[in-house]
Amino acid sequence: MQHIVIIGNGVSGVTLARHVRKLSDNKVTIISAETDYFFSRTALMYVYMGHMKFEHTQPYENWFWEKNRIDLVKGYVEKVDTLVKTVQLANGEEIPYDTLVIATGSKPNKFGWPGQDLEGVQGLYSKQDLDNLEKIAPNKEICKRAVIVGGGLIGIEMAEMLRSRKIPVTFLVREKSFWNGVLPAGESALINEHILEHHIDLRLDTNLVEIIADKNGNATAVVTDKGDTIECTVVGLTAGVTPNIDFLKTSGILLGRGVKVNRHLETSAKNVYAIGDCAEQHEAIGNRRPIEAVWYTGRMMGEALAQTLCGNPTEYAPGHWFNSAKFLDVEYQTYGWVFSERTKKDCEQHFHWRHHKEKICITMAYDKKSKLFLGINTFGIRMRHEIFDRWLTEKRTIEYVMEYLKDANFDPEFYKQYEEEVVAKYNLEQGTNISTKKKSWKRIFSKA
Amino acid sequence: MKIIKNIGLIIFLIGLGVFTVLPVIGTYELTPDSFQKFVANKGIKSKLFISEIETNVVGQSVVGMMAFSPKITEALELVNTTHRKNKEYKKIIYIGPHDMAAELGKTSGTGFIVQNKGLLWFLTFGLGIIGALLFILPNVILLGQKGVKNDGIYHQSSTNQGWIAWMVFLFLVSFYLVLYFRSEYAINWTYLVDPISESLSGNPAGHWFVYGFMYCTVMSVMAVRMYIKYRHNIYQIVRTSSVLFFQIVFAFLIPEIMVRLQMPYYDFKNAFPLDYDFFFQWNLKSLLNSGGIGVFILFWGVFLTLVIVPVMVYFFGKRWYCSWVCGCGGLAETLGDPYRQHSSKSLFSWKVERWLVHSVLVFAVVMTGLTLYSFFAETGTVLGLKTASVQNTYSLLVGAIFAGVIGTGFYPIFGNRVWCRFGCPLAAYLGFVQRFKSRFRITTNGGQCISCGNCSTYCEMGIDVRAYAQKGENIVRSSCVGCGVCSAVCPRGVLTLENGPEKGRINPTQVLLGNDVDLMELMNEK
Repeated sequence: MQHIVIIGNGVSGVTLARHVRKLSDNKVTIISAETDYFFSRTALMYVYMGHMKFEHTQPYENWFWEKNRIDLVKGYVEKVDTLVKTVQLANGEEIPYDTLVIATGSKPNKFGWPGQDLEGVQGLYSKQDLDNLEKIAPNKEICKRAVIVGGGLIGIEMAEMLRSRKIPVTFLVREKSFWNGVLPAGESALINEHILEHHIDLRLDTNLVEIIADKNGNATAVVTDKGDTIECTVVGLTAGVTPNIDFLKTSGILLGRGVKVNRHLETSAKNVYAIGDCAEQHEAIGNRRPIEAVWYTGRMMGEALAQTLCGNPTEYAPGHWFNSAKFLDVEYQTYGWVFSERTKKDCEQHFHWRHHKEKICITMAYDKKSKLFLGINTFGIRMRHEIFDRWLTEKRTIEYVMEYLKDANFDPEFYKQYEEEVVAKYNLEQGTNISTKKKSWKRIFSKA
Repeated sequence: MKIIKNIGLIIFLIGLGVFTVLPVIGTYELTPDSFQKFVANKGIKSKLFISEIETNVVGQSVVGMMAFSPKITEALELVNTTHRKNKEYKKIIYIGPHDMAAELGKTSGTGFIVQNKGLLWFLTFGLGIIGALLFILPNVILLGQKGVKNDGIYHQSSTNQGWIAWMVFLFLVSFYLVLYFRSEYAINWTYLVDPISESLSGNPAGHWFVYGFMYCTVMSVMAVRMYIKYRHNIYQIVRTSSVLFFQIVFAFLIPEIMVRLQMPYYDFKNAFPLDYDFFFQWNLKSLLNSGGIGVFILFWGVFLTLVIVPVMVYFFGKRWYCSWVCGCGGLAETLGDPYRQHSSKSLFSWKVERWLVHSVLVFAVVMTGLTLYSFFAETGTVLGLKTASVQNTYSLLVGAIFAGVIGTGFYPIFGNRVWCRFGCPLAAYLGFVQRFKSRFRITTNGGQCISCGNCSTYCEMGIDVRAYAQKGENIVRSSCVGCGVCSAVCPRGVLTLENGPEKGRINPTQVLLGNDVDLMELMNEK
């Protein structure tokens, strides 16, 4: 029986622990300094907004861990000694391991802005961040204005959170249009509009220069590169995240931006693995980034590594890319690859359809010559993961996708369907004559 | 807008206040005439009782039901004890003391309330409706962009089990206690709706008519709230309309009109065993004595339970009944919607749920078995059990306390489906069909779940939806009533309610879609 020690009780570490328990009788210990029990980081926003209580973010009841013999240790790991195979906690305790898994996730980026460590300045990643935000921005009387720096997914979530308590929000976005490094222009424009509809003071093409302190060391204003000074009491730093691995600097484990791992998720040290946000692939897999700070990739690495640790060496081999997010009231899903104008190759062609009134649109990417379907982004329409995964595997053309698009719709019953409109627009643009096939349960549930 | 809301709240509270004091005010005077009629109608043979009432009640004007009711109940008790002692069994009066107080009280009301039914209707129901609408309608603007609007639910006393919620709890529980056990205190309420009742059935209103009318009113007003809150979600809008239609037309109007047409009172959508007294002797007799329509109802009631219910559940899941048709479900989905998050998701609650709800089903079936045996064998006892006392126990424990007092009274604290989840025998029956033979499931969308827990939090049936969604598994649970809110609140488009082929409906997965294909096959194809 091996002792597997996991640092970090996020989705990667916990998925690994659960699967190891299913597959083996190994002793499993999870160490975390953040919370006693696993919670879903993605739901922190809903706690602040009053949709849920913190305990609702915990996917497993508290008895789960003991029942499944997963030992939980609350403590901060200060040092890892790979020679004697122990980890050392801040309270001096040493925990020996046979196998060590680093799953410590991320921390918010700070790019050396003057004033970035003042009171009232914070990111939104951890439980502590949530608790602190509740303290500094409980209502619009105490928090007169908040400035959010960084136009990504966490930034817009933080803006939504603060707006739910009617706190005025200024949103500084470096790009000329929201998230346009990832989203094609039409979609990015749709989100810009939607942000303004929510009465968020969106400032595109604007960078943070410095955060000014009052005499007590609290943030009191930010200065932008446009020369504006914006008074505020809270500054949200949401310019991306970076692996949370400072404690490994003296360990001798090979580090890049994250913990360097191979496809088996092995680090440079024997019996030490890394998974989730903090792991950095030596070479990126497909079009994916070497560090994938995405919920489900953490889970998938946990699923794969559990196999390896239980005697079935398994590579981390993610399938087709997919993801989702919600921008205020607009849901977003993506399957396959749709690149933005800034990142796409010449052979990638886009088809874009947008509803004339609602915040609903679709962008499909395909190969200019072969018409091979590359990916789809949808806003305000839900799509069936299984179907797109199948079509990507089967290397279908965009025309095939158009024809069978109704099979992929995942919206609730009675929702208005837009496939006819989408296909009509495609036909008009391409001079084709595709007619949509009726939705078929048989096709949807056939395993191709 | 905020001001309009506050004005609405004040108007509503005034209406509620007037409604709340009505039971304890008003004057009552029993006239010799109406008492004689009562005696003749009920065939009361006890001279002692007649003289008791004549000396203590008749012709005396008393203020408040608290003064009137005890005179009746005490007289009745005294008289019956005396007759029992003297073994004058034929003279014993078999009418419940509070039923008698209610019946005599209804004919005795005098003064302002009885003379101003319309005005008082306006001061209670009218102000309540206007106030509530003024409170609800500004949300069209206040809620902003359409979408899921659950902001602040856990910050507000009313929806976070705070003091307002406890006040509502207290009010609802007291209301149901009056309705089931002290109906004489509901007499003043019945006067308000007399005109409506007379225009429908031709009879003055009883307390159950008050309840039915109020039920429809509350549902209609709260349906407006649903329409605004879920205006982006057409499934919710259609479903709310359906449940409102069945309540107003099937549960309220049709039975009243049937009475006017000299037919038995019957709610065509109320299926046995929820309609637990359908096979009771008095009902069977009344149906068999009602000619063609009675026989049709008898046939329909059996057909509904044995054929329509399971066949519809096979095709659409139990939602077709529980959240599209049923009256209990209708109230839960309208009045109860603000409290849906309070159903417990713990494994312990699930265990309690399965024991309780199935016990009630067994109880209902056994009771009905006894009832039918008694009916055909023409005997009052089966295996030493008195059929009537089994029926009374069920009516009291399940019919009144569980379905009424607990079922609705506990909304603000334990969620809006306490009865449906823990007590409804029909739900248990539909649940078996849904779990083992149905096309219905909530489909989980591959690997998109981020375990946020919105679905579980807002599941009114206490299903830990996330536990399935985060494993990529479809949700196939007997308790699911298909309200569709898990799908509505999901921020990532992971859940949808579907009726599809049975094959692959239950899909246990270890490794989710999106991971290594070989690994998925290895782990999932067991």
